[in-house]
Amino acid sequence: MADLMQFDLVSPERRLASVKAREVQIPGADGDLTAMALHAPTITTLRPGILRVVADGGTTDYAVTGGFAEITPEGTSVLAERAIPVADLTAAMVDELVAEAEKAAEGASADTKYAAAKLVNDTKALRAALR
Amino acid sequence: MPSLKDLKNRINSVKSTRKITKAMQMVAAAKLRRAQDAAEAARPYTERFTAVVAGLAAGQKGADGAPRLLAGTGSDKVHLLVVMTSERGLCGGFNSTIVRLAKARATELQAKGHTVKILTVGKKGREQLKRDWSAQMVGHVDLSEVKKLGYDVARKIAADVLARFDAGEFDVATIFFNRFQSVISQVPTATQVIPAVFESGGTASAQYDYEPSEEAILADLLPRNVATQIFAALLENAASEQGARMSAMDNATRNAGDMINRLTIQYNRSRQASITKELIEIISGAEAL
Repeated sequence: MADLMQFDLVSPERRLASVKAREVQIPGADGDLTAMALHAPTITTLRPGILRVVADGGTTDYAVTGGFAEITPEGTSVLAERAIPVADLTAAMVDELVAEAEKAAEGASADTKYAAAKLVNDTKALRAALR
Repeated sequence: MPSLKDLKNRINSVKSTRKITKAMQMVAAAKLRRAQDAAEAARPYTERFTAVVAGLAAGQKGADGAPRLLAGTGSDKVHLLVVMTSERGLCGGFNSTIVRLAKARATELQAKGHTVKILTVGKKGREQLKRDWSAQMVGHVDLSEVKKLGYDVARKIAADVLARFDAGEFDVATIFFNRFQSVISQVPTATQVIPAVFESGGTASAQYDYEPSEEAILADLLPRNVATQIFAALLENAASEQGARMSAMDNATRNAGDMINRLTIQYNRSRQASITKELIEIISGAEAL
């Protein structure tokens, strides 16, 4: 079955998903990308966003922040510092993420200013996407 | 010679002590299972993470402009020792072994002319280090309010450590914790987290495409690597603590049982002795008439 691939989503505290997926839409730092079976080996960092997993059983969305995705022809694993199924996500949790990013941006030095500002925008975009 | 009443009180008090230690042992056993499950659940993340970062780091190690978290500051004058211990006692030698290892390391570093700074995590380690090393202690992380050991806790500690590193407060950071082997064996371990060291050196994974770029990914992941390592250490520590407490309380329960047996024998003997004494008194009284 070349059209299915192994997909793993792990956060530091637990393994959220380990399924055979048809495609995975990943919010990469430089833009979204979709991984399918036989994708070229790629490692990308994540921006806060929605990760969509399309499997035979249906589609599942996860909100992920911070981490990276490792794509190989055989499968994709996403390691995210925080990963929450969108169904379990509450508005308060997203607001907290935005507040956290804004706080980090305030204290950012010249070197990290750009990254911090991007983080604020990304979390805000995530909040907008979920409404 | 204690009176019969004294002995009886003593036996009762040891009995209630035994009940308490027995209960603590069972609580520790239940908590140990949970701690082990948590450590088990965290393993896939830690392993994958380390593998990828090690692969990236292998390609970057020698390069110019490698991140400071990997290459170091170029000196090793100031060492930060992060000593992770428990918040609560009654867990055998758990805290002492970590503190002993940290003290040995600190003494060794000072003998070489390095500066030592100590950051304690957990109350018990701070108490033990306070006497001799209070001048070196730069901070303390209190975990007594933490109900469930989550990644957020590790991230806060890592943020603290990284802020100190960015401020140039130290060159090398090492974490001290107990690695869980089994209920009866926990191994005090020291792991260097800054600059990052990777055991195998990692297989340089040149076949990957990197987005945005190898350097940018590594720069993003190295601070997270510190948090990941601290998180793994915290979980190991939590499991070790419960394991150590369980075996310590098991010993205490057994000792209490032995003590009850000894005291009961002593109690019975002295009761018998007093009966015999009374009989002799009666008989010799009767004979004298």
